[in-house]
Amino acid sequence: MLTFALRAVLRDFTFEAAAEIPNGVTVVLGPSGAGKSTLLRFIAGLQAPDAGRITLAGRTLCDTAAHVWVPPQDRNIGVVFQEYALFPHLTVGANVAYGLRARRRSAADTAAKTERALAILEIAHLANHRVTALSGGQRQRVALARALAIEPAALLLDEPLSALDPATRERVRDELAALFSDIRVPALLVTHDDADRAAFGERSLHLARGTVAANERYASPEKETA
Amino acid sequence: MRFAIRAGLVVAAVLLVALIALPLANLFLHLTPADVAAALQTPEALDALRLSAVTTVIALAVIIALGTPLAYILARFSFPGRRVVDALVDVPIVVPPAVAGLALLLAFGRNGTFGPLLHAAGIQLAFTTAAVVIAQVFVASPFYVRAARAGFAGVDRTLEAASLTLGMGPLRTFARITVPLAAPALVGGAVLSWARALGEFGATIMFAGNLMGTTQTLPLAVYVQLESGNVPVAVALAVVMIACSLVIVFGVRSLEAR
Repeated sequence: MLTFALRAVLRDFTFEAAAEIPNGVTVVLGPSGAGKSTLLRFIAGLQAPDAGRITLAGRTLCDTAAHVWVPPQDRNIGVVFQEYALFPHLTVGANVAYGLRARRRSAADTAAKTERALAILEIAHLANHRVTALSGGQRQRVALARALAIEPAALLLDEPLSALDPATRERVRDELAALFSDIRVPALLVTHDDADRAAFGERSLHLARGTVAANERYASPEKETA
Repeated sequence: MRFAIRAGLVVAAVLLVALIALPLANLFLHLTPADVAAALQTPEALDALRLSAVTTVIALAVIIALGTPLAYILARFSFPGRRVVDALVDVPIVVPPAVAGLALLLAFGRNGTFGPLLHAAGIQLAFTTAAVVIAQVFVASPFYVRAARAGFAGVDRTLEAASLTLGMGPLRTFARITVPLAAPALVGGAVLSWARALGEFGATIMFAGNLMGTTQTLPLAVYVQLESGNVPVAVALAVVMIACSLVIVFGVRSLEAR
């Protein structure tokens, strides 16, 4: 379970959102500029809200009232960035092993977990390739393998399919949906594509852009159950 | 008419290239390699070579140690006066070195503004090897700071964010992501900075003086040897410095081309 209740004055509008996210995929919907990516940055700890609280599996990650702030490197949250943010100077294998190296795991443990993540995403044969030489679909798999290798307590995916060409997107969407069907941590998948919602979403969260003072109703997400 | 324009372009280009290349090439033809080797064995040459090697390496270490944080701050943070600091960093490039030396002397010399303060602390800077290093840092630091600032600014911050979310703290992220990705700019800037420090003459002679073995670096030794009629030693030392410059210029070019 991931819970958040956040408020932040952003440049264009006031962000205000609260929800409880159970294990499994929750699709985050909303037009561009609605604050979807910002929500992920708050949860990952890459940006601090003005006020609010975030808990993950009972652990408080952020509580402005109690001055609790867990920095991003200690949150154990896997993030797949929109353009994947693969480290261009490292191989596929080193990208996937990166989070395990950060945790100073033993060499054997790092190798085993890296191998497993590569196998799950079916990219073991690319382990020694430079990430700069990969296709869009392959980069997407590396980003996901890297995020899953750390055995994250939550998974955040920022428009994971938007950088792919339409044909690849269809295929990867089905593969992701199959992969996520038995995920046992909260996973937030940001998209503005209705096809994604149909493929992933038994649950969805709607975020609308708005200034609270002008139209408070639209600033809050509505939780839906299908 | 078009032929005349083309011919004019070529003549102008050839003249300037010749003006740069001829004197440099001529230096290499002035002495045989055996003459150069013999001239470099003289005590004056050995002292200057040793002193320049030591002071430029120390100056470069200081520039990297202090310039890297400054470049990072300028590339990443906005604060009041940032533009002023940003411009100030470049000023030593356009200040005449002799003026820089005068400024250093009037600030840190025995009778300078901060002289009594330094004297009370038991520190004497002017006319010491430390003054040589300070003069080199003053004139050479902009080349590293400019390059490093551009290098850091060119690193995609999402990659640093990704590193943080994977569990690397800020310092380890800097070492494993930011520095490797900015490395070509950092190395290129460091090399240019070192070359500028090696050639430093005006600020050194004003602030550090011209004492053999203590403050008489390669460029100063070239000047002194020429003045005292010892042309072969002056030319041999000049050849060493030009060889360094050529290696540096072409090395940096090939680094940038990668």
